[in-house]
Amino acid sequence: MSDTHAQSVAFVRETELPPAPPPVTETGAIKWVRENLFSGWFNTLLTVVAFYFVARILFFVFPWFFNGVWDAASIRECRDVLGGATGACFAVLVDRWDHLLFGFKYPPDGYWRIVVAFILLLGAAAPALFSKLPRRLLLFTALYPFVAYWLIWGGSLWLPMTILGIIIATGLVFRAVSSQIPVNMRQMVAAAIGMICGVGLSYLLFIGAKELVFIANSIGTASLGTSFAYGVFWLLAIFTFVFFIPMGMFVGYAIYNSYEDGGLVSVVTALLFIYAALVYLLAPIASGLNAVIPIELQAVASRDLGGFMLNMILGTVCVSLSLPLGIVLALGRQSNMPLIKGVCVVFIEFIRGVPLITLLFVANVMLAYFMPPESNFDLILRVIIMITMFSAAYIAEVIRGGLAALPKGQYEAADSLGLDYARSMRLIILPQALKISIPGIVNVAVGLFKDTTLVSIISMFDLVGMIRGPIQNSTEWISVYWEVYGFGAMLFFIVCYSISQYSQWLERQLQTDHR
Amino acid sequence: MAMTDQAPGKMGISDEVAIEIRNMNKWYGTFHVLRDIDLTVQRGERIVICGPSGSGKSTLIRCINALEEHQKGTITVDGTLLSSDLKNIDTIRSEVGMCFQHFNLFPHLTILENCTLAPIWVRKIPKREAEETAMHFLKKVKIPEQADKYPGQLSGGQQQRVAIARSLCMRPRIMLFDEPTSALDPEMIKEVLDTMIELAEEGMTMLCVTHEMGFARQVANRVIFMDAGQIVEQNEPEEFFNNPKSDRTKLFLSQILGH
Ligand SMILES: Nc1ncnc2c1ncn2[C@@H]1O[C@H](COP(=O)(O)OP(=O)(O)OP(=O)(O)O)[C@@H](O)[C@H]1O
Ligand SMILES: [Mg+2]
Repeated sequence: MSDTHAQSVAFVRETELPPAPPPVTETGAIKWVRENLFSGWFNTLLTVVAFYFVARILFFVFPWFFNGVWDAASIRECRDVLGGATGACFAVLVDRWDHLLFGFKYPPDGYWRIVVAFILLLGAAAPALFSKLPRRLLLFTALYPFVAYWLIWGGSLWLPMTILGIIIATGLVFRAVSSQIPVNMRQMVAAAIGMICGVGLSYLLFIGAKELVFIANSIGTASLGTSFAYGVFWLLAIFTFVFFIPMGMFVGYAIYNSYEDGGLVSVVTALLFIYAALVYLLAPIASGLNAVIPIELQAVASRDLGGFMLNMILGTVCVSLSLPLGIVLALGRQSNMPLIKGVCVVFIEFIRGVPLITLLFVANVMLAYFMPPESNFDLILRVIIMITMFSAAYIAEVIRGGLAALPKGQYEAADSLGLDYARSMRLIILPQALKISIPGIVNVAVGLFKDTTLVSIISMFDLVGMIRGPIQNSTEWISVYWEVYGFGAMLFFIVCYSISQYSQWLERQLQTDHR
Repeated sequence: MAMTDQAPGKMGISDEVAIEIRNMNKWYGTFHVLRDIDLTVQRGERIVICGPSGSGKSTLIRCINALEEHQKGTITVDGTLLSSDLKNIDTIRSEVGMCFQHFNLFPHLTILENCTLAPIWVRKIPKREAEETAMHFLKKVKIPEQADKYPGQLSGGQQQRVAIARSLCMRPRIMLFDEPTSALDPEMIKEVLDTMIELAEEGMTMLCVTHEMGFARQVANRVIFMDAGQIVEQNEPEEFFNNPKSDRTKLFLSQILGH
């Protein structure tokens, strides 16, 4: 190519002039600084003051951090090494990192189990969090709770596997029941199941009532207060006796009435099956299998779990349970049926009106009263139930807001296409309502995760309990403060910040209106 | 809009009854919205309902697919009596398509998913087949190229045509329209009306609340005028427009055709 291809024109520039750089005062950093930090006397003043404070903090933190002692056996040794200079005593983290992460009673040769469970957690959460991943990976997500249970608590692998087997069998029973019962038989089947349910419910509540009588008798009537409690428990027991037998019959009747679909019948049959299987089959099958092929890890009691691991367990389990429960509560609160609506409203309002710490105390102390004396209803399980109920109530209200924000036309369009309630909720209403509710749900989830540190108050040794108890009370690390709490804050920050980043990413992904 | 000269004939109307409403009454609380409605719609009939605002037109057609509950009288759709039985209601709804004034597309689903959702989940049609049907109807309403977009990216007229296609994918035997064009700009009104005219020519049973009198003249077999919750007058379109019987109808027509 020649430079001048148009002969008729004296001069034609063939190439564009490269843009000249703007003067220094108009570019990058300097321009930014001028416009943002020194644009007027007031801004200049603020900048200077802010710089002063930032500098003060940094001048303190940097030496503290970089002078830090990583290798010492006690706080005294740290001070000796520092010899009066400012400096952190990170040796506590080196010495006690395992206690901070896993609690002080978890067997050290089992730490790898926690690490593996954590890594698998990332793998199990991924397909649930990122819909681009192949859906088949969700199978692993479904398996994960059983694997994680075995890794963390140890014992025989056959126990969680048998539970898994029973759940799968229940699903098969459900399918069989819902499709196989001939239409003309359904009425009779429903009647029979209704009767069994009625009897079963009454039976369960009889046990409860007996328990109440037992408690009442053990309280006795020594003083005015206890005789009052005695009276209350007896009243409750009588109430249980006279109220819940008709209640059992009512449930039977309700099932009888809804025979047409077979839906409720199959659900109840499946639930009865799972109940019976868990009570009668679980132990013999699991121990039988274990006798044949023993696959065991050293068992760890719930009491011995602790450290940040405990916070993670409570956080993940409670968040993943309270989301579905919250959805159910939110839908229930919108229901047209007064009974369902009433139950949900009372539940939500009651739980929200009570501080979490109270619920935890109830879990710790009160629930133990209501259990038969030799039953070992795990403390962690009790705490999980309480925290789950607490956050479910909040999530339900957040989701209710999302449901209310949807235009009525969406419900009507779904109805007019002939979608039934369950499908219109699942396919049309909830995806949109949940999308609107993401910021609120994440807010609750982050709050819940941090609130798991409250269990330190009912003497569980989570991260905070660990710091306040065994570490700060030990003679070696008696007044270490910033280092351990800073470490704890860092762990919590990493998790909470990731949750928040994920939710923002998810919101962008789900945005379909203006693309 | 080009008007065909030929008067709407009785062609395509069978003796079969599609909708039968007997002595139907509805109240909102103590407010008596619909009073003694009697209406029989033959299969293949195209009916336009008009009347002043608040006269109960929307309420009437919403009662037909049980979006609103009526308190007295009977509604029979396609031989199925509308009662509080949820099964019956779902059956009727899957036979009756409905288009709304504000389209009510599902914003979180693509156009194609909007159209295939109900066939897949209600009719249990395999996904592939449902998608083919959806593309067929999207072609029919002349927007197959938008299939992978989201409703928020379409113009109003396009959205309403998608809404029509979405209803058609369920292969309904009856279509209800509640002011399908009144939220649209003039150019878009034409494209939606053209779609509806095409539908009418294929013999779909249609009940249409609209104030598009040109549309009524061209396709309706019968025009129904409602006022204060009652059917005041019904007639063939020519008679209705040229020779209204009641004073109320005359007043309404003079207002709506006057400018
Ligand atoms: N959910 C409701 N609760 C109480 N009253 C209502 C409700 N919906 C409608 N109405 C009343 O019922 C009457 C009929 O309403 P409808 O929507 O059927 O009128 P319309 O003929 O469709 O009017 P428009 O042409 O403005 O759409 C109106 O007076 C309206 O105020
Ligand atoms: Mg209306």
